[in-house]
Amino acid sequence: MPVDFTLQCPVPLPSDERIVLAHGGGGRLTQRLIETIFLPAFGNPALHERHDGAALNVNGQRLAFSTDSYVVRPLIFPGGTIGDLAVNGTVNDLAMCGARPLYLSAAFILEEGLPMETLRAVVESMRLAAERAGVTLVTGDTKVVDKGKGDGIFITTSGIGAVEHTFTGPVGIQPGDAVIVSGPLGDHGITILSVREGLEFDAPLASDTRPLWEPVDRMFRAGIDVHCLRDLTRGGLSSALNELAQTRGISIQIDESRIPVREAVRGACEFLGLDPLYVANEGKFVVFVPAGQADGVLELLPEAALIGSTGPSFDPVVTMRSRIGGTRVVDVLSGEQLPRIC
Amino acid sequence: MKFLDEYRDAEASRRLAAAIKATLHHPWTIMEVCGGQTHTIVKSGLEDLLPAEIRLVHGPGCPVCVTPIELIDTAIAISRRPEVIFTSFGDMLRVPGSSRSLLDAKAQGADIRIVYSPLDAVKLARENPERQVVFFAVGFETTAPPNAMAVWQAARLGLENFSVLVAHVLVPPAMEAILASPACQVRAFLAPGHVCTVEGFEDYEPLAQRYRVPIVVTGFEPVDLLEGVLMAVMQLEAGRHEVENQYCRAVQRSGNRQAREAVNEVFEIGERVWRGIGEIPRSGLRLREAYRRFDAVNRFAAEVTAAPEPAECISGLVLRGIRKPVECAEFGARCTPEHPLGAPMVSSEGACAAYYLYRRQRREPAHAR
Repeated sequence: MPVDFTLQCPVPLPSDERIVLAHGGGGRLTQRLIETIFLPAFGNPALHERHDGAALNVNGQRLAFSTDSYVVRPLIFPGGTIGDLAVNGTVNDLAMCGARPLYLSAAFILEEGLPMETLRAVVESMRLAAERAGVTLVTGDTKVVDKGKGDGIFITTSGIGAVEHTFTGPVGIQPGDAVIVSGPLGDHGITILSVREGLEFDAPLASDTRPLWEPVDRMFRAGIDVHCLRDLTRGGLSSALNELAQTRGISIQIDESRIPVREAVRGACEFLGLDPLYVANEGKFVVFVPAGQADGVLELLPEAALIGSTGPSFDPVVTMRSRIGGTRVVDVLSGEQLPRIC
Repeated sequence: MKFLDEYRDAEASRRLAAAIKATLHHPWTIMEVCGGQTHTIVKSGLEDLLPAEIRLVHGPGCPVCVTPIELIDTAIAISRRPEVIFTSFGDMLRVPGSSRSLLDAKAQGADIRIVYSPLDAVKLARENPERQVVFFAVGFETTAPPNAMAVWQAARLGLENFSVLVAHVLVPPAMEAILASPACQVRAFLAPGHVCTVEGFEDYEPLAQRYRVPIVVTGFEPVDLLEGVLMAVMQLEAGRHEVENQYCRAVQRSGNRQAREAVNEVFEIGERVWRGIGEIPRSGLRLREAYRRFDAVNRFAAEVTAAPEPAECISGLVLRGIRKPVECAEFGARCTPEHPLGAPMVSSEGACAAYYLYRRQRREPAHAR
């Protein structure tokens, strides 16, 4: 069966003249697009933070604001729909700013010929996801494009949240911090790929799409001194860690044998030649806390795992100790691993 | 995970590394032939476990890297024809030809699709009778049986709209070319396990005798590679030069008979130009007369004209194990995965890409702030 994704090996930049799929992959080309096209046009202090959401002062009130577009095939998959992703993705961007998600907008681009039944199912999943995340969908828009000009449904959501917990973000990362991921990696990306390719594995796979405000809120309320939070979406763990290492200017070491990956996801990755470090997630985050508080976080988040630490070097490189005890660099994804899965 | 975890076991790795150290009395240069092995070595940091006297050099076993530049140009020319659906394994799309890659052609509108199996390309041909489906048949002995099966099936089905662009290469002649070179420093080989699952290892026995080199058929996991190195070192230290099989869970001496028959039915041995190395006699496969109507070069009367490589690229030295990727002045500087000067920086099996991804020379440490 022909497939329209490429494996994890680096993609050369074919030319800087045209958009290629990897520009949307969350890796190096996405960064370059932001740096060369968007930042020069719109540059301002909030945007320069380069966070998924912006924290803003409005009349003395601290608000978080974020937006995201969702394109995924298939529209409905084990564990969720494009609607779940559209709600949870934006909700999670807000949560990563320490903000309680409050209001969402949703804009739909629908393709002519889309079965109404599919739209109903997607909208119903959005209703349930919004309910679960505690947000209200307060405004929206609908456009329809000619058959063949869309992929069934594209959704863009924007969200506003009230910042309840302030923390420093990447600049707050200190040498010796514990690096913790909130649960097993790669569920979403591998689920989408398996459905798309008709692959079946013994253990059923499901997307991990879910709202993250509740676990984040739980950590802050328990008095955890969160230095930095980042949700793991496109580009997976490696992209998030590299971005933070660069922004803070610090080395990060992780341990391969501590990284949680479900057996079925590992098997699929082995089979397809993918690295779970680069596979997309839709309901996981990485958190940096003082080493002494790592156990506290692990108690609060039952699926979480301590995977490594920061520093002492300020060289912004992510390295990993392999299972056999060797060391290697974990680089940012240079091309695309799985385009259009989130 | 069964059949994987036990071959990535930390304790087993430590034991093997200790055994290598205990056996070793001289420095040795050992080449792992296959790019998949190179990636495991670099990705698992395996060299951190080996004594400094063992120098591992990386061989030519990356099919993408050795596919000649002119054949990529031909592939691009064919892919741009409006009637053509051009199918390929993903890696080939990224390799630069003389001016651009298949990925560029795709971005400019050519109908290029990635397939996992050549049989998917046959299926595409059946589903699209009004189009011409071409498959880029690249690879070593490992991919030859499925590619042969695809051509055989197309013949059986009488498919007039299926053809293959053949770039098949064979491992033993390449090893011989490396051994015959006066610059050769390789004292033992880890032979590619997957190639040997198909072809067995009888063809390696005359090489081991003629050039007096130990050859160990080796698997792809860290424990496999460490055991392969240990077996090679034991032979070297004892002055033996035999073909031994570390990968006995998958490889038999005479290979896989049915797979060999399928290859032999469709293909015959011919000359082949290797990118970075040059022409090696009897080192490639081409379609037999009975199947030549499936040759895309003939079908589209495509021209294959020689094209120059970027002068700065030392991929020929890297592919023959004479230089390591980091010994290239352009490595990580002008040559990166985004802007590769040569194929080994492109492919997932290329040695330069492996070094760039996993072993990049660290920047000078910044001062503490």
